[in-house]
Amino acid sequence: MHAHMKPAPMKGKFFTPGVIILTLIALNGLVFLAGRFFFGIGSVTNLNNQYPWGLWIAVDVAAGVALAAGGFTTAALGHVMHREEYHVILRPALLTAMLGYTFVATAVFIDIGRWYFIWHPLIMWNGSSALFEVGICVMIYMSVLYIEFLPMVTERFIGHVTLPGVLSRLNAPLDRLLRFLDRTLERSMFIFIIAGVVLSTLHQSSLGTLMVIAGSKMHPLWQTPVLPLLFLLSAISVGFPMVIFESMIASRAFKQKIEIDVLSRLGGLVAPILGIYLAFKLGDMFIRETFVYLQEFSVESVMWTLEVVLGIVIPLRMFLSRAVLKSPLLLFIASSLVILGVALNRINNFVVAYTPPYAFGSYFPSIGEISVTVGFIALLVLIYRVYVMIFPVISVPEGPATPQTKYAIRGKQ
Amino acid sequence: MKAQDRRSFLKTAAAVGTAAVGMGTATAAAGPKNILSPDRMGVLVDTTVCVGCRNCEHACKTAHDLPTEPLSSYGDRSVFEQMRRPDDTALCVVNEYENPKNADLPYDVKVQCMHCDHPACLSACIVGAFSKEENGAVVWDTDKCIGCRYCMAACPFQIPAFEYHKALDPQIRKCDFCIERTTKGELPACVNICPVEALTYGPRDEVIRIAKQRIRTYGDRYVDHIYGEHEVGGTSWMYMAGRDFKDLGFPKLGQNTAPGVSEAIQHGIFAYFMPPVALYALLGAIMWMTKTRKEEGL
Ligand code: SF4
Ligand code: SF4
Ligand code: SF4
Repeated sequence: MHAHMKPAPMKGKFFTPGVIILTLIALNGLVFLAGRFFFGIGSVTNLNNQYPWGLWIAVDVAAGVALAAGGFTTAALGHVMHREEYHVILRPALLTAMLGYTFVATAVFIDIGRWYFIWHPLIMWNGSSALFEVGICVMIYMSVLYIEFLPMVTERFIGHVTLPGVLSRLNAPLDRLLRFLDRTLERSMFIFIIAGVVLSTLHQSSLGTLMVIAGSKMHPLWQTPVLPLLFLLSAISVGFPMVIFESMIASRAFKQKIEIDVLSRLGGLVAPILGIYLAFKLGDMFIRETFVYLQEFSVESVMWTLEVVLGIVIPLRMFLSRAVLKSPLLLFIASSLVILGVALNRINNFVVAYTPPYAFGSYFPSIGEISVTVGFIALLVLIYRVYVMIFPVISVPEGPATPQTKYAIRGKQ
Repeated sequence: MKAQDRRSFLKTAAAVGTAAVGMGTATAAAGPKNILSPDRMGVLVDTTVCVGCRNCEHACKTAHDLPTEPLSSYGDRSVFEQMRRPDDTALCVVNEYENPKNADLPYDVKVQCMHCDHPACLSACIVGAFSKEENGAVVWDTDKCIGCRYCMAACPFQIPAFEYHKALDPQIRKCDFCIERTTKGELPACVNICPVEALTYGPRDEVIRIAKQRIRTYGDRYVDHIYGEHEVGGTSWMYMAGRDFKDLGFPKLGQNTAPGVSEAIQHGIFAYFMPPVALYALLGAIMWMTKTRKEEGL
């Protein structure tokens, strides 16, 4: 059943109707973004002194980091535990994580009032700050992700460096550089892979520590000292569903066959993790007896229920069923639900649960905030498309004519 | 993996671990200035004495180069119809509440940063832009702040305010305990101007002693509670009141410090970098073992 799979750049036209729509959405976001940089954060967002953090922190940063967890979870599975059968998903997951974290870093850059000081945490340390730890880990991890991506660059361009005109003189040195990188990386990559997993567990959990300091300003349904653990567990549980989700979308977009064998085996790993997450979430609820807040009908109780039922309980039941694992459609739905659940959880933690002691109204994101967020997601999809069309990320069945050597050297210089 | 590679694997892994531990010791030392001096100063706000003239608001703005209406306009008492909060345009404000014992003598409450003994803003700030000074003042450093607004999410009194409408150089604004004036030996501007001595400035211990004395002497005037003596581990600004503090707009807070739980978690995860290093070693071991098993299986 195993046709040999080998990563290759995707072929086809870049511009499709879908791509054009995404471009328009991205442009719309950029317009509002310009407003933020020319007239200040207050001119585009609904943030104020009562609600310092909003959609950008909850979705672009917190949910963004969680949904990029496919990178470290698959790295742990494929590289650390050497489960070779999952190799076809490693590169797409890595690319998503790399672009996802770039998206997160950009969102932070946009959200902080003094963006030109974004480098300050590198030299101004505050060991007691959870945000400092998140910031540093994210910065290092992002660099690690770019390093992990390098082999795809060397693989694509060794023997293929053909700069035009005067630049062509650089071809040979560049090629040598790539070959050097390739050799060095091959020997040292394991350091980065393990470091990536460690850094991820650190900042995924510290992201949960962030709101602990808000104390009673956070609704008791979410405020708990085990938040870091819940954040880590939810990040791990969303990793594989995210990989399944994007792999199916990519297959569709590039008219490839869905790798249902690999994906359903991956799906089989989701239920236990999701179960552990649910157990901790409910256990914490019973220990702190916060279920009393579910009796009242409020935004908080509705959002909590949605998050848990739609995002954990239903997909957990689905992932336990063989029929679901075998059906691409149902598998896709189950994965989407987990993703939705984790995204809701981050929104709940950072926005819904936040109840300032002196509020003169409630917070709902502005058109500008929503436009920027949606625009950036569109941009992310577009950049992903560019990457998979340039670099060998997505695996395709190896045709008989494909050369077996590591690098097919082009005939011309 | 060949034997040669395996040895270098272990060597490199060990080197990475050592480097991480080195970093850990460095982080433990790094951090903003956070002094809890026994001689720190405090202010006692007696809300039963305050007459709501709002001269302190004017003095505070003048001392901090904030735009203000002329002092004569501050007599307008219609501002009390709504509760106001300190923000980037006013570092302190006075609110008025009913006095159930005597309708003609309402209670007026001046609100500003509490200058916590264990400030949440200081613990939270990503770059350590806040510091707790020798004299008890919690001050903010414009040269460090990146504008992330985490301090605002952290402060239990909802004090730090941000200049949302500035595209360049937006500041976090909050009462700075008039650090410039006090280092010159002057009183804080608000304390200095107060015509009825509702504000008492002095060493924190001394100020608490005065408050207890007043409660003992005029028992029916005060509730037996000095707000800020123990709240969130103690604050430099403290309040006396004639009715329950929760009816005067004060948040109900326990005696535990605001950053306590969060710091315990942070330090737990980073205790000398041991947990991350242990995880690194564990993952390295798994990686090496699964690789070996695979090769032997071949
Ligand atoms: S009241 Fe808020 S801003 Fe002032 S020192 Fe305490 S935590 Fe910081
Ligand atoms: S806004 Fe400034 S002072 Fe406040 S936490 Fe962020 S960097 Fe620190
Ligand atoms: S101490 Fe200074 S900054 Fe603080 S409220 Fe009084 S006048 Fe304003």
